[in-house]
Amino acid sequence: MAMQTLTNRSKVVSNKKMTLWEKIYLPAIVKGLSITFFGHFFKRKVTFSYPDKQREFSPVYRGRHVLKRDDQGRERCTACGLCALACPAEAITIVAAERKPGEENLYREEKYAATYEINMLRCIFCGLCEEVCPKEAIFLTDQIVHSEYERPTFIYGKDKLVESVDNPVDVSKRQTKSVLEFKKNTGFAHNR
Amino acid sequence: MDFDTLIFKTILLVVIFLISLVVAMYATYGERKIAAFFQDRFGPNRAGPWGLLQPVADGVKMFMKEEIIPVFANKGLFILGPSIAMFTACMTSAVIPWGGSLELFGKSYSLQVADLNIGILYIFAIVSLGVYGIMIGGWASNNKFSLLGSVRAGSQMISYELAMGLAIVALIMTNNTLSLNEIVVNQKNFHWNIFYQPLGFLIFLTTALAECNRAPFDLAECENELIGGYHTEFSSMKLGFYLFSEYVNMFISSAVISTLYFGGYNIPFGESFGLAPNLLTVLGTVFLFAKIIFFIFVFMWIRWTLPRFRYDQLMRLGWQWLVPLAILNMIITGAVIVFA
Repeated sequence: MAMQTLTNRSKVVSNKKMTLWEKIYLPAIVKGLSITFFGHFFKRKVTFSYPDKQREFSPVYRGRHVLKRDDQGRERCTACGLCALACPAEAITIVAAERKPGEENLYREEKYAATYEINMLRCIFCGLCEEVCPKEAIFLTDQIVHSEYERPTFIYGKDKLVESVDNPVDVSKRQTKSVLEFKKNTGFAHNR
Repeated sequence: MDFDTLIFKTILLVVIFLISLVVAMYATYGERKIAAFFQDRFGPNRAGPWGLLQPVADGVKMFMKEEIIPVFANKGLFILGPSIAMFTACMTSAVIPWGGSLELFGKSYSLQVADLNIGILYIFAIVSLGVYGIMIGGWASNNKFSLLGSVRAGSQMISYELAMGLAIVALIMTNNTLSLNEIVVNQKNFHWNIFYQPLGFLIFLTTALAECNRAPFDLAECENELIGGYHTEFSSMKLGFYLFSEYVNMFISSAVISTLYFGGYNIPFGESFGLAPNLLTVLGTVFLFAKIIFFIFVFMWIRWTLPRFRYDQLMRLGWQWLVPLAILNMIITGAVIVFA
């Protein structure tokens, strides 16, 4: 039975004797020299000089997370735990707390996350936490999770995740129209 | 020889020595850059603009490296090997005519250190000595890979010297002289030897590649079979000398090829431009160096295009193709001289 080919590029090897023209080698050498010279020498180099030039991220790049604040600077997260539930890598740990009177300028709703930790070594940056969040509190940004020397330092707490009041992180790229439409869909329980 | 000439020759000697070292130095840079370009890369571009200071960095690195002499190596010969390689590489430049003659202070000085009437024989003698550097170094290392490399180098160079010599014999027959300067003068006005000896040139180019131990004939080094071949055990500047002598050899071979087959320093119809003789001489030297750089490029071009020969293929090419072809070339040349 003839073996089935996996690609259409397979070639039948022949062990035929070389002709005199081939034995001289010179035509083949000239051909090879012209391939390297005209085909490669002047070709645009594909190398990207990384530290000198930085390539732009794709608009759908999913980097380290940010916990957003609302327009009055209050944390949006209500510690509902959907993100932790959705997380396939089980990277998110939340401890919820109740908002005390007088903390209305800090937290938007009565419940908030006292601790919110993401283990960046476990996170696979799938973006399901972002997708599932009913409060639009967590987003993936175009920032990079930097390398560290110790494992514990990869567990990012609220000190690293929550955006600063003065310097909000722009997540407009992540809030595409289709995402916003999807969030309005009351067919999903978490959007109600 | 009077005192002025002695001074001039000494200066010329030092200048040529320095030029061949600098050219060899930048040939290492050129090699890496050209290799990169053939492989769609940038090559060294960190040290200085376009990586131009890379050879300096490499040289400093070579000098700073730890000097290791293996315990079982023959210490004297181990040091002698790279020294001979470097020494012989630098010796051949003495007889190459680097230019016409300069008129200085009412006297005429030739831009050739020694106008030997047997210049070609001298080059052959020195090139033959070159194999000792590799043989001694490889043997003294007391390492099987080194020994294999040096044995390969020895038999390869001896086999290819034969074909090279026979190719040159035909050239000598047409030129009627062994002096390099006279050969250059004979090639005036585009009577380049390449047009009269195309087959001889091809044989000479091939054997020159083999004599320099350059790819596709680099079986003496042969990284993927013999680690590094004859210089496996060498470190620091001793390794540097071996690598460097290869580039000096390449420079000298290019100079010899340009001189023997491409008219040397002679600018075709240069006298009819009506330039001052000194300017013409300088231009001729520049012309020669342009040709040399072109041939260095060709050496590299070939290296980064062709795969290495197998050892039996190398020997078959040398003995069964090049030697008979060279003899045939000689016979044809002789017949043309006698009957035409």
